[in-house]
Amino acid sequence: MIEVRKPGLSTTVQDGGRTGYYDVGIPPSGALDQYSLRAANLLVGNQAGAAALECVYLGPELAFTVDAVVAVTGATMTPRVNGEERALWESFEVRAGDVLDFGYLTAGARAYLAVAGGIDVPAVLGSRSTYGLGALGGLEGRPLTEGDRLPVGPSADGTAGVRVPEELRPVLAKDVEIRVMMGLYDHRLTDAGRKTFLGTTWTLTPVADRIGFRYAGAKLETVEREPPFGAGQDPSNIVDAPYPIGSIQVPGSVEPIILHRDAVSGGGYMMVATVLSGDLDIVAQSAPNTRTRFVAVDLDEALAVRAAHRERGRRLRAALAG
Amino acid sequence: MSEVEAARYSWGGDEFIFVEMAEQMSLQANFRVMAITKALRDKRPDGVLEICPANASYQVRYDPDVIPPGELLDRLRDLEHQVGDAHDLALPTRVVEIPVLYRDPWTTETLMRFRDRHQEPQTTDIEYAARINGYSSVEEFIAAHSGSPWFTSMVGFVAGLPFMFQMVPRERQIIVPKYLRPRTDTPKQTVGYGGCFSCIYSVRGAGGYQLFGITPAPIYDPTQKLPDFADFMVFFRPGDIVRFSPIDRERYDAHLAEAEAGTFRIRTEPVEFSLHEFLDDPDGYNARLLEVLP
Repeated sequence: MIEVRKPGLSTTVQDGGRTGYYDVGIPPSGALDQYSLRAANLLVGNQAGAAALECVYLGPELAFTVDAVVAVTGATMTPRVNGEERALWESFEVRAGDVLDFGYLTAGARAYLAVAGGIDVPAVLGSRSTYGLGALGGLEGRPLTEGDRLPVGPSADGTAGVRVPEELRPVLAKDVEIRVMMGLYDHRLTDAGRKTFLGTTWTLTPVADRIGFRYAGAKLETVEREPPFGAGQDPSNIVDAPYPIGSIQVPGSVEPIILHRDAVSGGGYMMVATVLSGDLDIVAQSAPNTRTRFVAVDLDEALAVRAAHRERGRRLRAALAG
Repeated sequence: MSEVEAARYSWGGDEFIFVEMAEQMSLQANFRVMAITKALRDKRPDGVLEICPANASYQVRYDPDVIPPGELLDRLRDLEHQVGDAHDLALPTRVVEIPVLYRDPWTTETLMRFRDRHQEPQTTDIEYAARINGYSSVEEFIAAHSGSPWFTSMVGFVAGLPFMFQMVPRERQIIVPKYLRPRTDTPKQTVGYGGCFSCIYSVRGAGGYQLFGITPAPIYDPTQKLPDFADFMVFFRPGDIVRFSPIDRERYDAHLAEAEAGTFRIRTEPVEFSLHEFLDDPDGYNARLLEVLP
């Protein structure tokens, strides 16, 4: 059992995600940075998609009532056991009675704490991930609060001292490029509007959570039109449509929003591009004020990027296989 | 078969394909969406992960390492041609009665908090909607809102929220713009309106639709304690035909007590819906639909 002494800013149970219910508005959820989740789990001998804790900006303080092997990956937020620092991207032991907490965030946004055996909350619709808007999954469908007790599953495989090699750790930067495929409703933008979208260095606003990441920087020019029936008057309005995970909508033609894994599943704002699935990990590690450029790729390039992400995943798995 | 608009296909990154059947909302477009997504579900290709029908469009999430994008696109185009205008489709569905306390104290309190984001801060949402749609009183507007059935054309936004399209000829449809800027709060089970859609907020949260009233009927129950949710935590399904029944405060409180006691049931009755019979005589067809649940 793990007791929550301090919950941190927003700590939730997340795993590989929930598939098959987006058609009724239940999004995939799961760790926003899937690569870091997989790394943390593999470090402690878990299945790559096992349930772990996602800790945003400010980590929790946790008291362990059992011996455990744990690992922290993702954002640079150094873990401490009874005040003594431990390495990130490396598994270590925690003894019954120990207290684990975190230093200040110095890079990235979300740290992942995996425990050998996984966080053993009940699976709901095939996943242990927390979907806060729907009060579903995780621990009672909500972020952790003081006094919560987290069950840990049985494990035989956890070993301390396993490390992710330097070259397989993501680079956490304050200037990032996010690869996107233009499309969806980008025909609502003029050529100048599309150029502005791809030419602007956007700044991530403080509105950056599991649902969406909102950016400031420029207004996009839209094509004049007679609004189609049911769409609404604003040039950015469409007849309410489904939103892909990673789609970038632009309400009022200002402040693009990238929908992430707790996305609203549909709505009435034009989407103009979609972030490649693998690059959603980069979005996840963006803290407010991160300067961001969107780089357009075509389908063939997107599939090549996807293959490269998978190859990196294979190398990670190979590096951590006992 | 009548002439139909060609669908528009677009990639949503490396995992989604987005298909717009029509730019404008219509029951015909929604029917084509339902027919195609049902056919895809019935013979779901390997690698298809999510099939999400919406009002006049749909999307598919897939694994391009299992089904190549081009192959999926061909498959969807084939389905588009097979389905055609969906004119002869008969849909087995149900009529659902949603009791509504219009102008209730909770949504009124909420809308008053967000007047600065509204088109007409000096009126309430329902007064505004009644006026711009040419109704002489709110009572008359409520009679129109509850006087025709509504077709559930999409479920989503948040878990289990139904979008409902008014089943009357276009010139009689209620149209209301969304808030100028979205609210950060909406009570659970609010009956709202935006564009040409009514909705019921399944959970408390942000929203931009105008607020008309509240229903005591839970429509989303992740704990699955209520009998309507024994099989699944979401009540609504695309294709559900909804009838709003105005109730008073006394009735609202009684239903709420039933919901708390775990005995409340949403009244439903199975029907088969025929698009072309409806289009041939909407008023006559609707009168028969409303009689299904006396």
